[in-house]
Amino acid sequence: MNTADQYLRALLLLERLEGPPVATGRLADVLEVSPASANEMIGKLADDAQVEHEKYRGTVLTDRGRERAEAVLQTYCILEHFLANVLGVEEYRHEAASLEAVIDETVAERLDTIIDRHDDCPSCFDVEADRCRYLGSDQLAD
Amino acid sequence: MEFSEAVVSDHQLARLLQIGIVLEEVVEARAEQHLETLEVETAHPAMIALLEDAAAESHEHRDQLAKLVKQLDAESTGYAEIETLVRERYARTKPDDFDDLLYDQLCNEETAYKFYDDLIEAIEASDAIFSIDRDALLSVLRTIREEEAEGVEDVARLMEELP
Repeated sequence: MNTADQYLRALLLLERLEGPPVATGRLADVLEVSPASANEMIGKLADDAQVEHEKYRGTVLTDRGRERAEAVLQTYCILEHFLANVLGVEEYRHEAASLEAVIDETVAERLDTIIDRHDDCPSCFDVEADRCRYLGSDQLAD
Repeated sequence: MEFSEAVVSDHQLARLLQIGIVLEEVVEARAEQHLETLEVETAHPAMIALLEDAAAESHEHRDQLAKLVKQLDAESTGYAEIETLVRERYARTKPDDFDDLLYDQLCNEETAYKFYDDLIEAIEASDAIFSIDRDALLSVLRTIREEEAEGVEDVARLMEELP
């Protein structure tokens, strides 16, 4: 996952949590970067037609950006499921966040061949809990 | 939200190596499943040899990774457990024909190569001091990566050769 992917996923989650458009300051807070850095990346994503940005209003994902953001979120969900259900890691959220930059989508797809995910993934991602809603207290039933 | 493209601790390194072991276990178990489902009398001997070599190489790779994990005082993963998961899910992800089988094998090799390439890059980007020798660690991983690259070439060659 590269930095642009990280922004797209954050935008997707903020859109789900608070509704579009997403203010640049809010995005910068969540990603723990400066508003100037966030602004620069939003410009790059807009040039790539992944977001639409309107000054003083905020940023909205385009269909293309949303598709990419959902793929990124799905990779993260696979990693969470893999850590929790295959390796039995209790702190799977913390560890998934620390490992996701090194785990490519193709690697996640291979790991996906041995885990169970619901068909609605990644819509099942609980933004406030920062995890798939089928993980944690209600584990997937085999 | 944490975001780091470098490996920063023994714990993180051990976890990534465990993921590598599982990937190798998946490759080995899937190759064995492919071999079990192939009709030996109709399958091309080169395809059987390819799958047998892939399973043997993955076995060797996971042994090498398991040694590194042990040196980091972490636990490896159990092959039997992963093999069971592969068997349980195999019907869902099973290739339909020889072409699909070779493509699956190509994906295995390419995925493994990508994993080791990213891992090596993440270790090289790190200033962390690990409890195992960094040069020895990188040497093992680079050798495995090279073998995965050769594996990609082998499968690609066979895909061109087979009718």
